[in-house]
Amino acid sequence: MLRLPPLRYLRPTSVEAAAEAVAEHPGAMLIAGGTDLVPNLKRRQFDAPVLVSLRGIAGFDGIQGEPGRGMVIGAGATLDQVATHPALQTAYRALAQAAGFVSTPQIRHMGTIGGNLLVDPRCNYYNQSAAWRQAVGYCLKRDGDICLVARSSPRCWAVSSSDSAPVALALGAELTLRGAEGERRGAAADLYRDDGIVYTTKRADDVIVGIHLPAAPAMTSAYWKLRRRGSFDFPVLGAAVALDWADGMVRVARGALGAAGSRPVEVSHLLTPLVGRRPDDELIAQVAEAAEKPARPLDNTDFSHYWRKRMTRVLIERALRDACGLDPLAGRLTAQTRSGQAA
Amino acid sequence: MAKTQADELAVVGKSLPKPDAMGKVSGQARFADDLMLPRMLFARILRSPLPHARIRQVDASRARAMPGVQAVLTGEDLPIKYGILPVSQDEEALCSEKVRYVGDPVAAVAATDEWIADAALEAIDVSFEALPSVMSIDEALAQPGEPIHPRGNVHKAVALEFGDTEEGLRSADHTREDVVFFEGNTHLPMEQHAAVAQYGQDGKLTVWSSTQTPHYVHRALGKVLELPMSRIRVIATPNGGGFGGKSDIFAHEIVAAKLAMVTGRPVKITLTREEVFYAHRGRHPVLMKVRTGFRRDGRITAMQFQSFLDGGGYGSYGVASTYYTGALQTATYAIPRYRFEGVRLFTNKPPCGPKRGHGTPQPRFALEVHLDKVADELGLDPVAIRRRNLVQPNSQTVNWLRITSCGLEACMDRVVADSRFLERRTAMPSGRGLGFAVSSYLSGAGTAIYWNDMPHSEVQVKVDRGGGVSVLCGAIDIGQGSDHILAAIVAEVLGVSLQDIQLTTADTDLTPIDLGSYSSRVTFMVGNAAIAAAQRVRQRLAEAAARMLHCESDELSFRGGQVGRRDHPGEAISFAQTVQAAEAGEGLISASGSYTPPKLAGPYKGSGVGPSPAYSFSAAVVEVECDPRTGEVRVPEVWIAHDIGRAINPVLVEGQVEGSVYMALGEALMEEQTFRIGVHKFPSMLEYKSPTTLEMPVVHTSLVESLDPEGPFGAKEAGQGPLLPVIPAIANAVYNALGVRIDEIPITPEKVLRALAQPSRRVGPKGVPRFAFPSPIQAARPPEWEGK
Repeated sequence: MLRLPPLRYLRPTSVEAAAEAVAEHPGAMLIAGGTDLVPNLKRRQFDAPVLVSLRGIAGFDGIQGEPGRGMVIGAGATLDQVATHPALQTAYRALAQAAGFVSTPQIRHMGTIGGNLLVDPRCNYYNQSAAWRQAVGYCLKRDGDICLVARSSPRCWAVSSSDSAPVALALGAELTLRGAEGERRGAAADLYRDDGIVYTTKRADDVIVGIHLPAAPAMTSAYWKLRRRGSFDFPVLGAAVALDWADGMVRVARGALGAAGSRPVEVSHLLTPLVGRRPDDELIAQVAEAAEKPARPLDNTDFSHYWRKRMTRVLIERALRDACGLDPLAGRLTAQTRSGQAA
Repeated sequence: MAKTQADELAVVGKSLPKPDAMGKVSGQARFADDLMLPRMLFARILRSPLPHARIRQVDASRARAMPGVQAVLTGEDLPIKYGILPVSQDEEALCSEKVRYVGDPVAAVAATDEWIADAALEAIDVSFEALPSVMSIDEALAQPGEPIHPRGNVHKAVALEFGDTEEGLRSADHTREDVVFFEGNTHLPMEQHAAVAQYGQDGKLTVWSSTQTPHYVHRALGKVLELPMSRIRVIATPNGGGFGGKSDIFAHEIVAAKLAMVTGRPVKITLTREEVFYAHRGRHPVLMKVRTGFRRDGRITAMQFQSFLDGGGYGSYGVASTYYTGALQTATYAIPRYRFEGVRLFTNKPPCGPKRGHGTPQPRFALEVHLDKVADELGLDPVAIRRRNLVQPNSQTVNWLRITSCGLEACMDRVVADSRFLERRTAMPSGRGLGFAVSSYLSGAGTAIYWNDMPHSEVQVKVDRGGGVSVLCGAIDIGQGSDHILAAIVAEVLGVSLQDIQLTTADTDLTPIDLGSYSSRVTFMVGNAAIAAAQRVRQRLAEAAARMLHCESDELSFRGGQVGRRDHPGEAISFAQTVQAAEAGEGLISASGSYTPPKLAGPYKGSGVGPSPAYSFSAAVVEVECDPRTGEVRVPEVWIAHDIGRAINPVLVEGQVEGSVYMALGEALMEEQTFRIGVHKFPSMLEYKSPTTLEMPVVHTSLVESLDPEGPFGAKEAGQGPLLPVIPAIANAVYNALGVRIDEIPITPEKVLRALAQPSRRVGPKGVPRFAFPSPIQAARPPEWEGK
């Protein structure tokens, strides 16, 4: 079987000690649930001579607050805790949905929300064993000098495959990070970089401590995930939307797409036609059609990028309808091309 | 047979837990990878990173020098070629001259742990000379560079004709031609292949392997290692799923054995999941063309069928696979004139071989969608056109297959009625559709892998003074329930309980031959051998009991652990007492039984593939729910009926039927073994998409019992046949739902969307490549077909 490389495994009991341990050991990585990191390490997708575990830290998994005054979710909360927490079933429902859609029940009991925000961008030229990658000549992200999915590209196009990341953007979440040099707080959107390799702005020793959801008593939200099967699979597309309401009309509309690029792709600016309106079938279809534009699927996940691109507007429409309390499947858009356009 | 009336049976026909069930679910079952022997070494295999290349040099000196490395093997250590079929001895355990696919074994290391073995692989320097690779049927035929094997990229081309098909097509009122494609897919057993080998100081080699065919592994080890078979012991460990994927001879089995001989220490190899995708031997990609003539009333006048098989890098079972793509079309429909042309090509991919249904799901898909299209054109419903052509019990097909028991019509009637197919199919709500198809499969191949006149299955039964019954047989349980069949049949004949039976199976030192768990042969052949052995024991016990009970031996019944006079209840002695009396009289009570299938091959070359002592039949109706906006297809409900002959254990048969439905859904809708830049696209459990429990529909299983005259207690096969009708039924249901024809498996959302956008409302291949098939062997037709 595939074996983990030899490594040191440290178990600090505080966030500060964890950050210091990473700062002290070059190449060290943080590990929480390990559900993404361990299989990747077995395939030698990266090196980690030292793993610093966050599992021994007390009080790291709390979920506090309610939508009326905002909530704080400890980064160590498991995906299962997030998916089933009663206070996350209304305004912030998209986050509970996203967590509940991750992989399988076993993985959701091990994996954490902090870890899910930091899923290593995936690519089916990269999430492979060392022998497989040798056979294709390696890629930019590890040991190679070209991107195999876009050979003339100077950058890596690995796909942001987190379910919770686009939701964090749509909900306007903020994150607290604590590193060897102290604590800082910023918008979730600022965590991500548009690069498949250096995909966050986080320093190696930064530990995500908390996820802050702003007060939103009148918000509705939804997350729709495209994948092959009803369980187990990473997203090949995700659509997260959050609508804040006043007097039956949309006051603020935010949204982001997952698995549509190397970082969660913000589409809030394309949802502004909803603001000040009571969205109906027609308006939602128009907005969803326009909001697909930033999605740039490439041929490096399950399904063809042909289909994923055409599915984008359908998925956004379904998420928007869901957030508006309309039958999600009764929309007007289709991924079908008109006659003659198909090859 | 000792008992024939169903109401007399005590064990056979009852839904009972199989003997290995508790061990499997509680973790007590010992799979090959669970074996840990003192001083055991761990081995790993270095595999080719190139799809097609010449090996210039292999330098293992750095690896050999590493601490903890006990041995390194390269191609020159194992020069003798082997293969499962005598006609295809084209594989080397470690390639010496050429590699033919990414994953082809090149060298092997045995070390004190897997980390050292892995590091040693990296220290083996191999110099390759890359050759142009051939990744498709078209490329194999175009043959741009050096052929994959010396005799060219055409592995096998066959052509057979029974009656003048051109004349049959000319005389038809209506003809239709279809071209369809079935993509390759793999078995995906939960347990990866593993083998452990030990070479004793006595010069004897023992190999434990997760194999479906210990006897064939035994023969191949003898050949490649140049050891007499009498010095080799092969023990098949419980298979965590096989589905055909463990029925070949594998490099890791030979390598583990050789490393054990070289080091004098036990050696284990467990393949990684990725390596299982390279070991493969799965479903061939097949491109097919079918042309059929019909009378106005829907009766078939003649059929011409062509198949092009993408075989991968080696022969494996490929010659048989090729014939199988043409063999069973006639076993469901009475086709008076039939021509089959098939060709298998070598490509630079892992070798294809037998997967559940071996070579027949692809043509079954072609045939069943073809018939539905013709039915539309003739204004018939899908059931009516099949009914006009159904094969009849006790008949002979035009290619000389002997049909005996046949519950095909009963299967059809059952699913059509239960699903209300005819009433509902024309009135389905938007996006919903119903599809129908039927099929047939063998209950064991009539010929062995190698020509010989010996039995295909042998069983020994020995009784103990305490009333226990030892049953020895070479059969290996791969999850299908062969252990239960063996125990249940002996328990039935001897009138003891299942708990009184001790099984010893699949150990070439201890057990008599069974050829293996492939071709749906085990229940039929092992079952008949077990009946024969148990009846001989019963006769000797009956004679002893008759003396004690002062009656004739044929007045006795064996039931409930008692041997008693049938007409005088109460005059009985226990089974154990009977054994003691018999043993006192004549010593050890033991007997053996064997089964050899009747010689059924027709009078033509190539007639060895297809004949079976009995055929199972299946029919299925599938309901689909399609999203025309996304192209996604969901299957909420399946009705399936299977002619099992007799269900020796109904719950096991239902398990086989449901498992077949599951596997068919995966093949029909998502699974594909596909390649990019010469490499398997996604050799992992996560990215090779196979359905989960969430995708599993409601399955209504009906068992039809046609009581086969030659089957054990009337039983036939269940392991493979029920997969066959489900795939075309899904395709036909998608047509019923959306009016699109996806003539290509798998049916993906993208293909559905593309078809919806096409004026033709179809996605599929446009034609077959030009290929000069040999002129067909003109075979005589059986007398009943003369003049038709």
